Amino acid sequence: MRDAFVRQLTEIARKDAKVMLITGDLGFGVLMKFAEELPGQFLNAGVSEQNMTLLATGLALGGRTVFTYSIANFPILRPLEMIRNDACYHNANVKVVGIGGGFSYGALGISHHATEDLAILRSLPDITVVAPCDLWETEEATRALVAQPGTAYLRLDKSHATTSEGSKRDFALGKARVLEEGDALTIVSCGGIVQEVLDATAHLRSEGHRCRVLSMHTVKPLDKEAVLRAAQETGGIVTVEEHTLDGGLGSAVAETLLDAGVAPRAFKRIGLRSCFSSVVGSQEYLRKVYGMDSQSILLAAREMLSLSTVSS
Amino acid sequence: MTDTRPLALRIRRHVVEMTHLGNSSHVGAGLSMADIVAVLYGRAMRVDPQRPDWPARDRFILSKGHAGACVYAALAETGFFPVGKLKTHYQDGSDLSGHVSHKGIPGVELSTGSLGHGLGVGAGLAYGAKLDGADWRTYVVISDGECDEGSNWEAILFAGHHQLANLTVVVDYNKIQSLAPVDETLRLEPFAEKWRAFGWEVRECDGHDHGALADTLSTPPEDKPLVVIAHTTKGKGVSFMENTVLWHYRSPQGDEYQAAQRELGVES
Repeated sequence: MRDAFVRQLTEIARKDAKVMLITGDLGFGVLMKFAEELPGQFLNAGVSEQNMTLLATGLALGGRTVFTYSIANFPILRPLEMIRNDACYHNANVKVVGIGGGFSYGALGISHHATEDLAILRSLPDITVVAPCDLWETEEATRALVAQPGTAYLRLDKSHATTSEGSKRDFALGKARVLEEGDALTIVSCGGIVQEVLDATAHLRSEGHRCRVLSMHTVKPLDKEAVLRAAQETGGIVTVEEHTLDGGLGSAVAETLLDAGVAPRAFKRIGLRSCFSSVVGSQEYLRKVYGMDSQSILLAAREMLSLSTVSS
Repeated sequence: MTDTRPLALRIRRHVVEMTHLGNSSHVGAGLSMADIVAVLYGRAMRVDPQRPDWPARDRFILSKGHAGACVYAALAETGFFPVGKLKTHYQDGSDLSGHVSHKGIPGVELSTGSLGHGLGVGAGLAYGAKLDGADWRTYVVISDGECDEGSNWEAILFAGHHQLANLTVVVDYNKIQSLAPVDETLRLEPFAEKWRAFGWEVRECDGHDHGALADTLSTPPEDKPLVVIAHTTKGKGVSFMENTVLWHYRSPQGDEYQAAQRELGVES
């Protein structure tokens, strides 16, 4: 995802001299090409995420579209107040890019586990929060965020899903992407963990259950219509996120349903239960440990399908 | 040369009246920097109240946002919006918030209120202008207490490294912060040496002497950012407010309000 983002941004920046990339001294071997080709549009702010975000706001207020870049929580949590007061409140064209969503840097420890970012950032006013699931969405989202004025957060992941060619059309921020159609259940997810969802639904399909899979790449603003339709048209909703359950995608989906007075036939959130992920390991390993791998999703879906069969 | 002292006096009267009407804090902080703001708006900066969005304007950022009343007063007195609007400061439904806000206020570039934000944004503006070869400057007023914030030193390091010669910072160095004198809280001295070590041109002056302020602000260096350490008196202009921690918070009411306005030459 990271490489797809940099490739796309380089292409955009070649044509638009007002697009700029600032890194907080990270991106070895990744950003060099951009820096060499477009030196006037690249800046290493040093290890200073607060100042990086402030600089980005100043540059944006002066007419530029500025991407800030760092890994995991660094571009978000340290300068959160700068994102809120300076970027968002001024509707500045600052696009915060976090490389390493969820357990992408699983072996590096909790400092590098970005597992509260969606909840924290979606609570801010005047921000768009995006977590693409595959390379296509990453490229589309990068283009769309440049085209859309204002502040945004782009959560990129080490892993990415492999999705069907047929589903790669009509990307729009705030509009869920249907990866698979079905009515047994709807699984709503975002980020690279969507691959775990697709692995689970392949099994379910072989068992005769066709599930709808939504890539909710834009966590804020949420596609309410798609969520309500999922409740009304399918046997239940499962949300899957590589993120805490406190305030993330699952919470957003639940809030949307309750606010609209629409009850799904069944509902389950899969994600990190309020705890520090102090166990370390690969992204794949940690998904298993914390019950958000394809097997866990499969078991949850099977249980929900059996409940839904009993109740109907 | 324009005499900006009458402007400073009018700003002081407004600051006292606004904090009185709003029953609000920070009168001392506003009085401390009234002369700095008067010289900037009345003389040093290239601004046009008829064109607050003029692309070639100099940018002004108040990083010590709690002294917002002082900037609102300067903007109103120099024609950015009607002086009568100042009376809405701090009132229910007003857009003149206690800490300076840009929404609906012509002339305010940046909303602040949490310390340690203005200098970094100012450095971003200056860096962008330098890339564009634009000739406008960025001015940022910060407080002394605010220099406790690490984010400021990130920005100071950045501006020095990138030799942002189009950036001027004025420190309102009144030596009193929120709870106690700066020296008793976190010592800044040797203050000028710190800035110099970060690659800045440092000039010091009496922050209430308009001629000295104008001189130190003029002819900035060509290869480094400029900081003016303006030695000021917190609460300047109202004898009983001067050099006290109390008047960082206390709102002028009753006899104290009358006395303050009398000292500023307002007939009751």
